[in-house]
Amino acid sequence: MSFESFSDFLVMGKHGLYVWSAYGICFIVLAINVLTPFFARRRYLQQEARRLRRESIT
Amino acid sequence: MNTSAKAKGGMSWAWFHKLGSPKWFYGISGRLLPWLSIAAALLIAIGVVWGLAFAPPDYQQGNSFRIIYMHVPAAMLAQSCYVMMAVCGVVGLVWKMKMADIALQCAAPIGAWMTALALVTGAIWGKPTWGSWWVWDARLTSMLILLFLYFGLIALGNAITNRDSAARACAVLAIVGVINIPIIKYSVEWWSTLHQGATFSLTEKPAMPAEMWLPLLFTVLGFYCFFGAVLLMRMRLEVLKREARAGWVKDVVIKHLGHKASPHNGAER
Repeated sequence: MSFESFSDFLVMGKHGLYVWSAYGICFIVLAINVLTPFFARRRYLQQEARRLRRESIT
Repeated sequence: MNTSAKAKGGMSWAWFHKLGSPKWFYGISGRLLPWLSIAAALLIAIGVVWGLAFAPPDYQQGNSFRIIYMHVPAAMLAQSCYVMMAVCGVVGLVWKMKMADIALQCAAPIGAWMTALALVTGAIWGKPTWGSWWVWDARLTSMLILLFLYFGLIALGNAITNRDSAARACAVLAIVGVINIPIIKYSVEWWSTLHQGATFSLTEKPAMPAEMWLPLLFTVLGFYCFFGAVLLMRMRLEVLKREARAGWVKDVVIKHLGHKASPHNGAER
């Protein structure tokens, strides 16, 4: 561990705000990249399932 | 002799033709995806905890240098992604391979996100280190051009409704734009710059101690696995959309239906 205490870890010398905002933005971007295709797939499969059902009735 | 050589040639190229088959791709990528996701999550988690809490602070930059563990992987991926797209462009133009077009167009938004991430984390790192969020420096400017190339590719792909023309236009733009990649890479050597040189190189040992660059190795590998996983997710959806009329895609949809709405599905049968 390179920090004395947890509050030291949060403050990061005087760079806490920079480091934590950079990491925060990174995780938001990574999450967007996972969630976008995930929900797009779900939406598409539901829509196709409806189409298949419609076509099987007619 | 001649025929056996031909047969052998046919054998070794079989994987290449298989790769071009959407159905085969869908099956193999489905098996690969969980492993890539797990590897990405583990590598990034280890690299981030190690880099944030255990790596020693830089003797000049203090703790702000910890941004490196996100900035460098994002920047490397932004460039690798573009090179991959240019290769896909060549494969798509020369062999008319559908999967190459799909890979090219699915990779563009991911590459754009990574470039934006590299620019933003770089700006946040630049403020305490150089005293400025942004400088019109060769490295930063060429990265900004990369971002615009990605935007151009996405816009071009969306603007052209004919699928073959869109694929051809995107392939050409990807191939022409790849000239920017060596400019980004060597910008810190060709022009005087504030930006520091590369941390990793294949021929030399890193200038920083192992407890500083090892976490970086983890996040870099983690980002590559992450890229593989999210690219496969996007490509699999695109394959389903393009092959919507194929029997195997209907099976996928029905299987998905059975997963979540079993009573309804049972009634229908």
